[in-house]
Amino acid sequence: MAHDTSFTNQNFKMVGQRRPRPDGVDKVTGRARYGADVSAPGQLVGAILRSPHAHATIKKIDVSKAAKLAGVKAIITSADLPDLTNGNRGMFDILENCMARGRALYDGHAVAAVAAIDAPTAKKALKLIKVDYEVLPHVTDVDEAMKPGAPIVQPHIRTSGVEPPPKKASNISQITNFGHGDVEAGFRAADVIVEKSYKTEQTHQGYIEPHACLASVGPDGQGELWVTTQGHFVFRNTCATLLGMEIAKLKVTSSEIGGGFGGKTHVWTEPVALALSRKANRPVKLVMSREEVFRATGPTSSTSIDVKIGAKKDGTITGASASLRYQDGAFPSIWGMLGAMTAFACYDLKNVKTTGYDVLVNRPKVAAYRAPSAPMAAFAVESTMDQVAAKIGMDPVEFRLKNAASEGTLSSYGPTYGPIGIKPTLEAVKNHPHMKAKLGKNQGRGMACGFWFNFGGQTCSDINLGADGTVSVTIGTIDVGGSRASMSLIAAEELGIAYEQVKCTIADTSSLGHNDTTEGSRGTFSTGMAIIFAARDMIKTLRERAAKTWGIPVDDVEWKDGKASAIGAKHKKLTPLSLANIAASAAKTGGPIAAHNEVVADGAGVSFASHICDVEVDPETGATKVIRYTVIQDAGKAIHPDYVEGQFQGGAAQGIGWALNEEYIYGADGRLQNAGFLDYRIPVCSDLPFIDTQILEIPNPGHPYGVRGVGETSIVPPLAAVGNAVSNAAGVRMTHVPMSPPRILSALKAQRTG
Amino acid sequence: MRYAAPLTTKEAVSLLANAKGKAFVLAGGTDLLVRMRGDYIEPDLLVDIKRITATQDIKKSANGFRIGASVPCAALNENAGLVKAWPGVVEAANLIGSDQIQSRCTMVGNLCNASPAADTIPAMVAAQASAVIVGPAGRRTLAVEKVVIGPGKTSLKKGELIEAITLPKRPAKSGDAYLRFIPRTEMDIAVCSAGVNLTLDAQGVVKAARVALGAVAPTVVLVPDAAKAIVGTKLDSAALERLAKACEAACAPIDDKRGTVEFRTEVAGVLARRAAKIAYERAGGK
Repeated sequence: MAHDTSFTNQNFKMVGQRRPRPDGVDKVTGRARYGADVSAPGQLVGAILRSPHAHATIKKIDVSKAAKLAGVKAIITSADLPDLTNGNRGMFDILENCMARGRALYDGHAVAAVAAIDAPTAKKALKLIKVDYEVLPHVTDVDEAMKPGAPIVQPHIRTSGVEPPPKKASNISQITNFGHGDVEAGFRAADVIVEKSYKTEQTHQGYIEPHACLASVGPDGQGELWVTTQGHFVFRNTCATLLGMEIAKLKVTSSEIGGGFGGKTHVWTEPVALALSRKANRPVKLVMSREEVFRATGPTSSTSIDVKIGAKKDGTITGASASLRYQDGAFPSIWGMLGAMTAFACYDLKNVKTTGYDVLVNRPKVAAYRAPSAPMAAFAVESTMDQVAAKIGMDPVEFRLKNAASEGTLSSYGPTYGPIGIKPTLEAVKNHPHMKAKLGKNQGRGMACGFWFNFGGQTCSDINLGADGTVSVTIGTIDVGGSRASMSLIAAEELGIAYEQVKCTIADTSSLGHNDTTEGSRGTFSTGMAIIFAARDMIKTLRERAAKTWGIPVDDVEWKDGKASAIGAKHKKLTPLSLANIAASAAKTGGPIAAHNEVVADGAGVSFASHICDVEVDPETGATKVIRYTVIQDAGKAIHPDYVEGQFQGGAAQGIGWALNEEYIYGADGRLQNAGFLDYRIPVCSDLPFIDTQILEIPNPGHPYGVRGVGETSIVPPLAAVGNAVSNAAGVRMTHVPMSPPRILSALKAQRTG
Repeated sequence: MRYAAPLTTKEAVSLLANAKGKAFVLAGGTDLLVRMRGDYIEPDLLVDIKRITATQDIKKSANGFRIGASVPCAALNENAGLVKAWPGVVEAANLIGSDQIQSRCTMVGNLCNASPAADTIPAMVAAQASAVIVGPAGRRTLAVEKVVIGPGKTSLKKGELIEAITLPKRPAKSGDAYLRFIPRTEMDIAVCSAGVNLTLDAQGVVKAARVALGAVAPTVVLVPDAAKAIVGTKLDSAALERLAKACEAACAPIDDKRGTVEFRTEVAGVLARRAAKIAYERAGGK
């Protein structure tokens, strides 16, 4: 757990300390309230009827029998959710995903919903709803969906990004191109070229807490929503728009969150719960089952990727290209584009070209999953990088170092980089004892690099001084990774007080201005920035109040070590005033002491990581055991190193699961076969080794403390790091993720039989 | 739904025999409750057998062991005599689910759930275990391999329940072992599995053998050809290879979300080979 602070030259007192998180005791004792933990008087239980078909026309929905069942208080279909999206296609897609409108687009698509007095009644009612389907041909594979003649998922889609604009409907919603230079000339200049195709299967974020909410809408048009979410302000805006409510009249409160990883950035059942509540005029609690979470929330894309890299014998890459085909599920998005943007972002390339395809299939709408789209692109590129290195006889770390991007590099997706950490992470890999450890029989080592953009966005925060001198920090970005502890450290740092003197709370949507969703690794970066600025404002007020108390000019008051002190010999009889002193006389000096800051946090620094992985592969069964794993990542500045390490380890754990065993398995009928944790295999504790971490700090000039987001980059390298390790251990190149035992065994067999 | 917790097997049998609608026996509940909560079944009657004395303990006699139907799998591990005599059966029972599951689940429940992938069945079949069945017509004993007749189906008649499992007396120089393949390290279901039970002669030559495979056919299969392949040998590599081939030949698996035909067939042979070596060592072979 190395923590290298050599890049840092600030003298922090609080920032960088490992303090207990304020939500810790409640979470370990079970007192913390998650999405399903709140109830209201008179509440009903909501349940959703879902399509068993991958693609079907809904000819008729007969709810008459269900409506007659005693205890059923409301039944809704898409007729109860009229289109109020005013031509906003993106918003309409959300509406259609929440409740099918004449067509079921995937196995699990919501078709109708009921609210009843209890769960057994609600379940019984669902069984009494008769849906008349006409089953349509379906497509679930990304490559199949691109072929001419494939069943069309969304007939209104015309491929964007091609000239002239096509007239025929296609499953390819957009084609995007990135890069610079002349790749063909680059390949001609190469001594060796490796060209390879890869596939990755669809995975789910696997958060342990299912989606859950308690919705209440009254006849006066006012409503409340308690919900597990990564962004309650965005949920409020979306739900209000879809239901025709005024934004200020819908109060959304975020619960504690049992994992999100991007999957809780989108609404799924919340508009349905609100519509049920409005119709029943009773509060409605709606909790998804695990099966529903798998079938009808937002996993990440399955992909099919071609990569070509050419290099000189000295290791210089002369040309690199990739074609990246990502499925978006049944609704168009930008996942293929993000894959194309991130693919070669680690490298300084003269000639580079990537093309991203966003492809529709009859699967659930794809949502963000931790550095969405980057892990698959990295798997394809970093696997190819290893093969090029092998072909020219160069060490894979040296090969990457030779081509790594640095400050001033024109990135493959457009911007020119500021100070970045890819080279330092590679140097750290080179020097890490892990790289020198001996390997045993059937063992192999692999490493890989990863990149993520990071995001800033809109944030506002409050700081309020309590009458006893304690400090309330109120934020609007929900805490999914320990950010309340980090925010408290930042407030304590700025105010010069103890960590224990600060309490950080997440406000509901009626108590604070808009905050963007906790996504894009933005929580600590952007909210931390708002708190720094708010705290500096508060110090100004505190100095003014002290000056007023003493009757001296404010310029004679400085803020030092958590106290207002009068400067200069003439004031030497004035005892410094603590927060408690100033708070106690606030009524006489101008009233409550509060500070606020709102900011569009630009300047999120990009983030890089390099991972090292050792595995042992059983050649007779294809079983892989990860025996050692090391994460090295640039954090810019680690505010709370425990939670930075937690992010590093969590991303690696999810990536290892994805690399080895996790996948959505669809039958020929287009139905999901493994909608549960038994057969959708996320790693259990005993599947993973201790994941070692090393934090590097290359300050981000876009943040007062140098912070870069750390939440996502850690999932980018693992598919490739594990893939390179498995390929080295098994002696056969693995190109299909997950590298499950049957895939490894059949690759070994294919190699034996030539 | 009615719930009953009778104190005698006779009473339980009477409840089951006279039940109208769907009746289920409840022991640990680790399969039954999951199926109820997942809406796969809607029972009209649950007969909880945990209060029946005859189901509650492990007894050793001159004829071997008798394990009651409501003895949780974790308790097998705590019985030193049983662990010594039948380590393969005990290890199979202690691979199911997690520690929490093992403290509730039972071998008889595992048997009556009748999954092709049940962990205890191949080990019990290799061990020549029998089921003590009680029903309206009285009491009978049936070889474990005859209890399950298809996925989810048993040969038990209406009103019958299994009161206990018996394991035969152990000859000297005997050993058994059970191995399964799962992609994870725990909390998973066998993709394929193998139970091997051996008795050696004084020279360490295999005198008797039973080999059973799981998850490679609609029911657990006993593979006499696999046993033949190693009887009369000291498990030299040629014998082990013949054992693996015989196992592969006995496989009739399906392709599904848990594994392919090819994978299951090949790995069943590998597991049988590895389990045979462990059983051989446990029997005192060198």
